[in-house]
Amino acid sequence: MSGGAETTETTGTTWAVWDVDALLDDPGTEILVCCGSGGVGKTTTAAALAVRAAERGRRVAVLTVDPARRLAQALGLPAAGDDAAGAPRAVPGVDAAAGGSLDALVLDVRRTLDQLVDAAVSPERAAGIRANPVYESVASSFSGTQEYMAMERLGQLRAAARAGQQPWDLLVVDTPPSRSALDFLDAPQRLSAFLDGRFVRLLSAPARRGGRASARVVSAVAGGLAAAMDRILGARLLRDVESLVSSLDAVFGGFQARAEATYAALADERTAFVVVAAPEPDPLAEAAFFVERLRADGLRLAALVVNRSTVAVPGLGPEAVRSAAASLASAGAAGGEGAGPAAAVLALQAETAERAAREAELVEQVLAGEEPLAVAVVPVRAGDVPDLAALRAVGADLAGARPR
Amino acid sequence: MAAPSSVRLHVVTGKGGTGKTTTATALALALAGEGRRVLLCEVEGRQGVARLLGTEPLPYAEVEVAEGAGGGEVLALAVEPRAALLEYLETFYRLGRAGRALERVGAVDFIAGIAPGLRDVLLIGKVYEAVRRTEADGSPTYDAVVLDAPPTGRITRFLGIGQELAGLAGGGPIAGQATKVAELLRSPATAVHVVTLLEELPVTETAEAVAELEAAGLPVGAVVADRALAPLPGGAGDDAGSAAGALAAAGLPPEQVGALVEQARQHAVRVAAQQAQLAALTALGRPVRQLPALPGAVGVDLEGLYALADLLEGGLP
Repeated sequence: MSGGAETTETTGTTWAVWDVDALLDDPGTEILVCCGSGGVGKTTTAAALAVRAAERGRRVAVLTVDPARRLAQALGLPAAGDDAAGAPRAVPGVDAAAGGSLDALVLDVRRTLDQLVDAAVSPERAAGIRANPVYESVASSFSGTQEYMAMERLGQLRAAARAGQQPWDLLVVDTPPSRSALDFLDAPQRLSAFLDGRFVRLLSAPARRGGRASARVVSAVAGGLAAAMDRILGARLLRDVESLVSSLDAVFGGFQARAEATYAALADERTAFVVVAAPEPDPLAEAAFFVERLRADGLRLAALVVNRSTVAVPGLGPEAVRSAAASLASAGAAGGEGAGPAAAVLALQAETAERAAREAELVEQVLAGEEPLAVAVVPVRAGDVPDLAALRAVGADLAGARPR
Repeated sequence: MAAPSSVRLHVVTGKGGTGKTTTATALALALAGEGRRVLLCEVEGRQGVARLLGTEPLPYAEVEVAEGAGGGEVLALAVEPRAALLEYLETFYRLGRAGRALERVGAVDFIAGIAPGLRDVLLIGKVYEAVRRTEADGSPTYDAVVLDAPPTGRITRFLGIGQELAGLAGGGPIAGQATKVAELLRSPATAVHVVTLLEELPVTETAEAVAELEAAGLPVGAVVADRALAPLPGGAGDDAGSAAGALAAAGLPPEQVGALVEQARQHAVRVAAQQAQLAALTALGRPVRQLPALPGAVGVDLEGLYALADLLEGGLP
């Protein structure tokens, strides 16, 4: 586990500061996964880590999921929905002096699923699957498709790097903004639960076994259930689902094996996880849940990143602010110039320090009672325009360099 | 602008992390403060309402969570797709035992999980039922229902379930139910409010969501700008330099004076950036309500929640 024993001076808290450069420079780190709930700056964190690693000499690919338009522009990615967005391309402006490089790509769920189908079955069957009305629904909105395809795409990138088709020695992965951030890890198991579910087996049993006598009992049970389902869902949907499930069996059979291989790579020492949060109760509660889950699974947890943190002027606690305000008030009574603005500036510091202290308390709660976890605090910025320079600045913050 | 009382269903959406649950809960409290009986629903299994109010996790049942003045009250309900499906089967098909049999073989998970289109119709079907429910005397059970809805990225699809299901499930009873729900959602009895922060990305997403909702024929209510920063009094942010002398005279060392002045300048930059985003929101042509950043607070406690509810007095248009 990386992270020194320093304490942060700004808040007086005692968590270990993340030694991000040690992790990025270690050639044993091959995959870096950023996870956390939606809206906490997860994609930006992944991009900033990728830029920093590349400029320190790693050959990096960053896989983003649904990046905001401005961030996509900063990475030189085409607009979402563009056919080329799913292919890796070099990020312009990255400093290659240290021998590194950076490619970026966007997760294209539909294309990845289509490729899975094409690779698994004959062209005629693939066409049949795509013509099924339920396929569109599965491709665009089946809960978990995005997670499965993120796993599949990561597996593809890893295979390309290992085969020497791509130069990468580090993959930085952004995870889908799941309602539950855990879905990413559960994808292979959930898929297998879905395909091996008794109901799906019943549905697809007649199609798999043909009309042999031994299957009649199964069919009768399935028939009774199917009649009930017909009444609820309508017969056509049920037929479509049934035919899709039996033809997807072959597709997901292969996927399942690869997803398990990818999961095995995630579980070993070459992969490090970074949990990203914002300093508010809900995102930190989800972060705590995620930290617990990663530890329970024995995965390598590198750090907790707290984005958009409040940082007050160091060394000016409530006591010092009160005493300065008191001297100011007596000077103000004597008609001192600038006393009004000065009082407002001090009031802002008092409020900022209070907010920073509360945020630190919340972060402490995530860390409480657990083995030590390194923390990186990224201060809130005025303006939120992400360009390469801003990503470098976030990278410097992640490495513990204080901006002030 | 419709009179607030004509809206029976308030749908509150917003980009993740913008204060959607806080705004929905504050709105429910504000409506209850006017003597109304309000149901606050959440549909994403996050238990955000319970966390906010500091109560036990909400069950799949309507439980009272707050009382307002004049007999008003807020009940809360966490709608869960599996429970909603079983209830639906029981109500419409009297599938008591068969329903449980379906559950045993995993059919309930299958139906609730195969496509969000089906899941969503179950979730919003329950909300629809609550809006339409009446007492023995024919009066509505709830004066208003507030829905803490999915985020802006998914809201139009969530509320637009009618078409998707009609295409998929053509003719089935669930498709019939979806059509009735779609009618309510597109009527003036519904208002979809969009919560945002005054930052570039959430404001862009808000503009996109408003356009999408309008294109889908869904009635957009107010845009709520959450955590709006107040400028420092007397223009002290823009004129922070003039404070330096007084701060030094008050005995602060030069490096702290410099850092304080810089902090005030940064604050002024953020306020100015927020004002620009506020102008962009106003240009959307929908009523904009601002909720202030609560001083020194991280997240929202009960006191803060009631302060926000006071600011939403009269509800949202």
